[in-house]
Amino acid sequence: MTESGAGYIITTSPHIHTADSIPRVMYSVVIALIPAVIVSVLFFGKAAIVIYCLSIVSCLACEAIAQKIMGRPITVTDGSILVTAILFAMNIPPSSPWWLVVLGSVIAVVLGKQIYGGLGYNPFNPVLVARILLLISFPVQMTSWIKPAPLFSGADLVSVATPLGEVKTELMLKGAIDLSRYNYLDFTTGFMGGSMGEMSVLALLLGAAFLLYRKYITWHIPAGFIGTVFVMTGIFWLVDPTRYANPIFHVLAGGLVLGAFFMATDMVTSPVYPRGKIIFGIGCGVITVVIRLFGGYPEGVAFSILLMNAATPIIDRYTVPKKFGYIKIDEAKAG
Amino acid sequence: MNKKKTYRFSGGVHPPEEKLTRSLPIEEMPPPKKAYIPLSQHIGAPSSPVVEPGDKVNIGTRLSDPGGFVSAPVFSSISGKVVEIVDHPHTLGRSMPTVVIEAEGTDEWDKSIKPRTDYEALSPDEIKSIIQNAGIVGMGGATFPTHVKLSPPKEKPINAFIINGAECEPYLTADHRVMLEMPEKVVSGAMLIGKVLGVKKIYVGIENNKMDAVEAMRDVVKEDNVEIVPLKVRYPQGAEKQLIKTILNRDVPSGGLPMDVGVVVQNVGTAVAVHDAVALGRPLVERITTVTGPGIKNPKNLKIRIGTPISEVIDYCGGLSEDVGKVILGGPMMGLAQYDLSVSVIKGTSGILILTDEMLDTTAQGPCLRCGNCVTVCPMGLTPLMFGRYTELGMFNEAERNNVMDCIECGCCAYECPSHIPLVHYAKYAKAEIQAARRKRA
Ligand code: SF4
Ligand code: SF4
Repeated sequence: MTESGAGYIITTSPHIHTADSIPRVMYSVVIALIPAVIVSVLFFGKAAIVIYCLSIVSCLACEAIAQKIMGRPITVTDGSILVTAILFAMNIPPSSPWWLVVLGSVIAVVLGKQIYGGLGYNPFNPVLVARILLLISFPVQMTSWIKPAPLFSGADLVSVATPLGEVKTELMLKGAIDLSRYNYLDFTTGFMGGSMGEMSVLALLLGAAFLLYRKYITWHIPAGFIGTVFVMTGIFWLVDPTRYANPIFHVLAGGLVLGAFFMATDMVTSPVYPRGKIIFGIGCGVITVVIRLFGGYPEGVAFSILLMNAATPIIDRYTVPKKFGYIKIDEAKAG
Repeated sequence: MNKKKTYRFSGGVHPPEEKLTRSLPIEEMPPPKKAYIPLSQHIGAPSSPVVEPGDKVNIGTRLSDPGGFVSAPVFSSISGKVVEIVDHPHTLGRSMPTVVIEAEGTDEWDKSIKPRTDYEALSPDEIKSIIQNAGIVGMGGATFPTHVKLSPPKEKPINAFIINGAECEPYLTADHRVMLEMPEKVVSGAMLIGKVLGVKKIYVGIENNKMDAVEAMRDVVKEDNVEIVPLKVRYPQGAEKQLIKTILNRDVPSGGLPMDVGVVVQNVGTAVAVHDAVALGRPLVERITTVTGPGIKNPKNLKIRIGTPISEVIDYCGGLSEDVGKVILGGPMMGLAQYDLSVSVIKGTSGILILTDEMLDTTAQGPCLRCGNCVTVCPMGLTPLMFGRYTELGMFNEAERNNVMDCIECGCCAYECPSHIPLVHYAKYAKAEIQAARRKRA
């Protein structure tokens, strides 16, 4: 007879689990970012590689040191900090000096994440916290965009304005805009000035499709965000096309696609429930358009997401889904 | 036969089915040398013994009287002598009063047990009292005394009766085999229950990964008020509220029971037990159980006498493999892990599942990523991340406000959580705390 009291492992049900885990979620996001990383390296060459490496090394080191000091388990291999590092690199100009990258990593990891308790507890997207703080403190370095100089082309890096910045300046100086010099194909493939992650809409969409397929993001936030930007800028454009750029320009230019699919969808800082996600996306869209059209900065994506991050707890509170058994069915007894 | 339109419950998951024993016919396991029959094998008050050490008993001899209306008597499952009534380890995790019977040679039924030839003429009340006296409880695992479910208050008329053949837990195949091998008994039991309830319509819900069972059942149904309904495979399809939603599109209200929407649900095995009690005069002394999982040498579908120690069942199936990790009574999603293999098979033991070491989820719990998976898959539309968090912080009022009391403990949330947060554990814990607080207030 089998021995009794053998002491097998006792835990509550369920006794099986999916293959899902935090590293799996995080490395899926890393994989989704790879096409955009490749495009940025192709267009900015060595400068891009240096920034990615610097960002990854300093974010990883920061996280490990911070966790050590705070007495938390060291979890640098779970992939979450790698996502932060890559996204941060994508959010700064490819011409950023090394100290800007290191400083940004410290801000993202320490002020954006660890002081709140680490992964899962941060109310704001750490990358955007870093981006905005740097933008406010070092406006010159953070807005000196360079023209793409494809890898090994030998061309010098030339400073340029981003399309959004150019349009904004034009409007201020001349009171009208001229979009004829833009070729929309450049936006989708990557030939324009901007941060590394804003380069190629196509590459970003490819990664986003992967995340949607794996169900790590849902359509709600990107659709609400991009849809709102499209509709709102469309209305202004219809009213006065000489002062306002057309909606397609607004969707493709700047960090909208990167922000909508990879930053606003950050699960830790965005609403949990589907209805809340749509509200969140729409909120991001409205704020982005207001800043782009009427604010002091050419780009509003980062600000809008941070502001909506702050609203997330309230949104969650009022969008709890209807639970089972709360709909009264009158004909319940009709049979 | 016309096809019934089915509806959809929200949420749910699809774990690998792993029905290793689906094509193994039910085998009868020999009676144990010593049977350990707990006086409490049901939800409700324990029954009180009517035998004493030294008494001779046969199969079907009554050992106890119910301890109230929501209680059920227990019966001897072997012939022999009562040796003692002691506290013995029970599947629920604590020791409970148990009648120990030692087998003595013959294996025969109690003389009072005779088949009824005229059972079709019995009145609904007579059938109900036979069910009550046979100690029948819900055999899908919930072990709620069956006669109580069949006695709805007058203001809650019942107009539909569902036989639950979904068997949505991975690995388990006992109900599947029952429907394949004894469909007549299932239908006969269902008709008897239908008569007690006075319903016109009987549905049999079966997940469509068991189409052979659907066919077998359809073959024996002659009455056109019995409808076999194939259901899409989605766990927890076999949970009462989800089953009622899918087949009848009725929502059982929060905190309510199926009878609130005019429905009674009974498991396939329960229908067989009802048939045996009414037609053969036999009380509930055995059940069909699936013994399965990668950790057992020869998985089987077994007919087992109630009171047989789990360790003996395991030995009968060739023993455990070297790398056993967990022994679970029930399925992998809702079953209870066991510490002590001297616990015995009881009326609600639908499966004995043995997982190997490497199948255990050893991933450490991480922080909640707010990914929302748990919300998406919860078939009750709850927000597990919220009550999980509040329970962790000891804020049970908040957990209650997040509807933790509506949790059916199906396990979908914890199954899907990428952070491996033990959400079902938190739910059980919060429910126990909230109930204790309610009792104190009362
Ligand atoms: S909260 Fe309860 S009912 Fe919902 S999925 Fe988790 S265990 Fe199932
Ligand atoms: S599934 Fe787990 S990690 Fe995701 S929201 Fe629910 S509790 Fe949090």
